[in-house]
Amino acid sequence: MAKIVVDVMLKPEILDPQGQAIGAALPRLGFSFAKSVRQGKRFEIEIEGEPTQAQLDEVARAAETVLANPVIENFSVRVEK
Amino acid sequence: MKVGVVTFPGSLDDHDAARAVRAAGAESVALWHADADLHGVDAVILPGGFSYGDYLRCGAISRFAPVMTSIIEEANNGMPVLGICNGFQVLCESHLLPGALTRNQGLHFLCTDQLLRIENTNTAWTSSFSPGAEIVIPLKNGEGSYQCDDATLEMLEKDGRVIARYLGQDPNGSRNRIAGISNARGNVVGLMPHPEHAIDSLTGPSANGLSFFTSVLTQMVGK
Repeated sequence: MAKIVVDVMLKPEILDPQGQAIGAALPRLGFSFAKSVRQGKRFEIEIEGEPTQAQLDEVARAAETVLANPVIENFSVRVEK
Repeated sequence: MKVGVVTFPGSLDDHDAARAVRAAGAESVALWHADADLHGVDAVILPGGFSYGDYLRCGAISRFAPVMTSIIEEANNGMPVLGICNGFQVLCESHLLPGALTRNQGLHFLCTDQLLRIENTNTAWTSSFSPGAEIVIPLKNGEGSYQCDDATLEMLEKDGRVIARYLGQDPNGSRNRIAGISNARGNVVGLMPHPEHAIDSLTGPSANGLSFFTSVLTQMVGK
């Protein structure tokens, strides 16, 4: 069994009010390291056996079609060992 | 004259939209998300609410409902389609309208009576307004901030496709204070505020919203 991970992030130019709120909350809790925070989504997809390139391409198509909205989001696909 | 109102799992404002259609003098037809048959309607409204629980992104799953396949096809053939709030989000996810709706800048869910200016009275859903009309209708959403790239924004402005704009204090951080847009042909309109909640002064802040629904009737009679 292998795990394919799709990470989805808002494009850098799109305002992320949730990330800003988290970034503002951190120093209030005593965490002063963050210059800025952006929030994204992570999808973990399990498949049988080792993924083929064709399967990874299919996941990328699914990411572009539904998991991410390419108008406002970027995504990446990788296999997690 | 039949206007279909779609019910998705999680739609909230389908009954008010149907009531507004009847108040404008048309017959309202209930359409079901899982039924691709449009039952011979002349126009369609995608109502507000939280279709499919807003899972993944607002409108992202509704876009693939069987009824949407038929609506996208008919919209591309010129059938009038109005998406209100969640319906606007569905239209953007369906690529019938450009751009996307994102989390309100202030993060709060808004529920307020909002002043708007109607910027384009040549669309299927705004032709009953006088040019530049200022109206007050409810605005209630968590993800109503309209975003698009610079080239799209310039195109929308240049082609007069911004159909309504927020006046007064900026409610949600939408680019150029956009409250609603149309497609190039003017038959598909997306609007974040809710005209169906403002069709009479007994139940709404004004009766200004009714003109969206009478517009589409005039449009269909004129054909």
